[in-house]
Amino acid sequence: MAKKSEAAKVVTANRLGDGLVVFLGQEGVWVEDIGKAEIAHANGDADALLQQGLNAEKANHVVEPYLIDVGDDEAAVTPLHIRERIRTLGPSVRLDLGKQAGEHLF
Amino acid sequence: MYRYDEFDINFVNARVDQFRDQISRRLNGDLTEEQFKPLRLMNGLYLQLHAYMLRVAIPYGTLSSRQMRQLAFIAERFDKDYGHFTTRQNIQFNWPKLEDMADILTHLADVEMHAIQTSGNCIRNVTADHWAGVAADEVEDPRPYAELLRQWSSVHPEFTFLPRKFKIAVTGAPNDRAAVAFHDIGLKVKENEDGEAGFEVLAGGGMGRTPVVGVTIRDWLRKKDLLAYVEAIMRVYNLHGRRDNKYKARIKILVMDLGADEFRRQVDEEFAKIDAPEVLLPEEEIQRISAYFAPPDCEKLDDNDSTLDGHLKENTAFRLWHDTNIATHKIPGYAIVNISLKPIGGIPGDANSAQMRIVAELAERYNHDEIRVNYEQNLVLPYVRKSDLFQVWQELVDAELATDNLGLVTDIICCPGLDYCALATARSIPIAQEISNHFSDAGKQREIGDLKIKISGCINACGHHHAGHIGILGLEKRGQEYYQITLGGSGDENAAIGAIVGPGFSYAEVVPAVDKIVDTYMDLREEGETFLEAYRRVGAAPFKEALYAAH
Amino acid sequence: MPLIKDNSFTKDHWTALPDGLPLAGAVDAIISFKRLEQDWDEISLHNGRVGVLLDNSSDAEALQPYLDRLDLVVLEFPVFNDGRAYSQARIVRSQLGFSGEIRATGDVLPDQAGLMMRCGFDSFEVSGGQSLEVWQRAANSLTLSYQRNYPKVGEKPRHDRSERAAAILTDTDRAGAAL
Repeated sequence: MAKKSEAAKVVTANRLGDGLVVFLGQEGVWVEDIGKAEIAHANGDADALLQQGLNAEKANHVVEPYLIDVGDDEAAVTPLHIRERIRTLGPSVRLDLGKQAGEHLF
Repeated sequence: MYRYDEFDINFVNARVDQFRDQISRRLNGDLTEEQFKPLRLMNGLYLQLHAYMLRVAIPYGTLSSRQMRQLAFIAERFDKDYGHFTTRQNIQFNWPKLEDMADILTHLADVEMHAIQTSGNCIRNVTADHWAGVAADEVEDPRPYAELLRQWSSVHPEFTFLPRKFKIAVTGAPNDRAAVAFHDIGLKVKENEDGEAGFEVLAGGGMGRTPVVGVTIRDWLRKKDLLAYVEAIMRVYNLHGRRDNKYKARIKILVMDLGADEFRRQVDEEFAKIDAPEVLLPEEEIQRISAYFAPPDCEKLDDNDSTLDGHLKENTAFRLWHDTNIATHKIPGYAIVNISLKPIGGIPGDANSAQMRIVAELAERYNHDEIRVNYEQNLVLPYVRKSDLFQVWQELVDAELATDNLGLVTDIICCPGLDYCALATARSIPIAQEISNHFSDAGKQREIGDLKIKISGCINACGHHHAGHIGILGLEKRGQEYYQITLGGSGDENAAIGAIVGPGFSYAEVVPAVDKIVDTYMDLREEGETFLEAYRRVGAAPFKEALYAAH
Repeated sequence: MPLIKDNSFTKDHWTALPDGLPLAGAVDAIISFKRLEQDWDEISLHNGRVGVLLDNSSDAEALQPYLDRLDLVVLEFPVFNDGRAYSQARIVRSQLGFSGEIRATGDVLPDQAGLMMRCGFDSFEVSGGQSLEVWQRAANSLTLSYQRNYPKVGEKPRHDRSERAAAILTDTDRAGAAL
């Protein structure tokens, strides 16, 4: 059986204090913009990234970190699953809210 | 309506202080998320898809203008200027911060509101008929009993870590507007042969992945035995409900596993051990709470109002709204005004702070300061003089709150779905919006007649799809949303669970499928026959044929 | 395991006796309910005090024939959100009228202690790291309550069935509570 190519992954969670969706960026910093997230391309890297996330949960910075699959072509980092796309952008029925509206991106 | 006394105020404030301490222990790391989660849930705080979500209880759906204004203030100050009225007489705020939570709860406590037990495996907000006290068909106002149950269940020492959540609904009318058969306990006020009012008690109803219509476990219960009997049910459930599988943990599974007769026997046995049950709910206490729900001072009016008749003749838009959104009041000269929160193409149940304030204002000016919230995600002004209806309507029009679709195909119940909810498997709101847009024509909606579409974005069934005449359940298959359609469900006194009509539909196929179902009904219906009546007559076959036959 | 009683750490005089080990001397022994039933003749003659550990799927009423001889009933919380022992404690204290010690063991958290006390528990085995200050604050954080037929936090457990009170605060209670 041909080995399925592994999707690139990032770690996401909700920030403890305000609950907003964040992504694990470089050097363990949590960022609001998925474009600035650290991307793991191999399984081993993903495990290490998730472990970093779980440590941050233990340290009470974030809640419920987990890995999501993303596509990272030149233009943008986009979650592959619709749930994660909505979570990353904001409600599909309120385009004026959430990150898609430019809120919380700085 | 009920007013907090000093004790109630102190209780709610103490609960806020307790949660404030728990929040600070969570923020400083003394509590892990695992330990904090049940504590926050029992204070109504979820972590959802985008952020925290706060669910505030509107016990038995009754609100004052002051309370509605405070909800508007919270939406504006701590959220994104809107709230979502749910299918269980609650309101949800979608973007509050944990850091602000204790302050939000303090603002709620200031107007005698709370978020206690709006989540968690405990007794949830007690719901009731939204036309309580004003409906023409009522035996008795059920709200005093809902209020007694609210107090009794608040931080109950024994029943706060149940196998699963527990929902109680009360109605005082034979026409069931509270869907009592779909609750863990359903209570119907009814008279026995001697004309004494008591309760019929149903248990084991519910939706979720195993929908069940509750069974009557007591034909008639004395009012003063209410708390003792409910205590007996709760104890049997707490000790024997399954805890090994959360999908089998609701009381409905226990009732099914034991059988209704054995369950009834165990409850009766426990009830018998509670000696002097009437002590648990003294008659004076029933009287005292009931006094709060005495009707406001209504004028003696003639039931016919000539100015109203004039407006109805002259103004078509007003007449259309009047036809659908006004219900018969038990007091002559008064009307029940239903405010639809289902604008064409809008998000069912959402209201912004400006709309909340306008409803508060209307209630204050025209409605004895009282607003009702119902499980169909609409609002009610229960005491409007017929002579004021035209004025009220005009102001609702200005606020974009005069949608004339109550009970029609565009009056859709819908959970937040994948646009907000962490548990959802598919979106539900945009499906509701597209159906609403598709059937936007007022004439067409009236031609179709009574039709309840209910949409859930996952198997948990917050959108009550099992009870929809047309139910839509959003699921996921291989990363794609797809939708299962059920037909023939009903949440009223003839409660029924909808049957799956056949294979599911992709997102894009849902509206055409609903359209075919509606067309099929309109082709085969007999004179005056509603969708549900027609479905019960002909069954699913013609609908299956329309949906799936190769053409 | 540290033991908390009356909001303070206290020395635990009891010894949990695993099934199979002999019951000897004057030790205050906690034995399983299964053994209690099997070896009752021997146990009833024991020189020390006798306590029983009842798991949370067992029927609390089965303790009734033995309660006069028991000084301690230990009830379990395998995880904090498995709430069966609240009902067991209520049955033992209120329906069976037990006046001895009812102890909570297992996943016993300070935020649940207030509820446990109201159901009849009066001692708590807690995990090693438990801060007494946090315990006291959390356990006593909500002292107001609606259910008059359960004692308030800090109130002596009621085991006398003649003390029947309403399951809901009455007007008189409210006046008193507001003072």
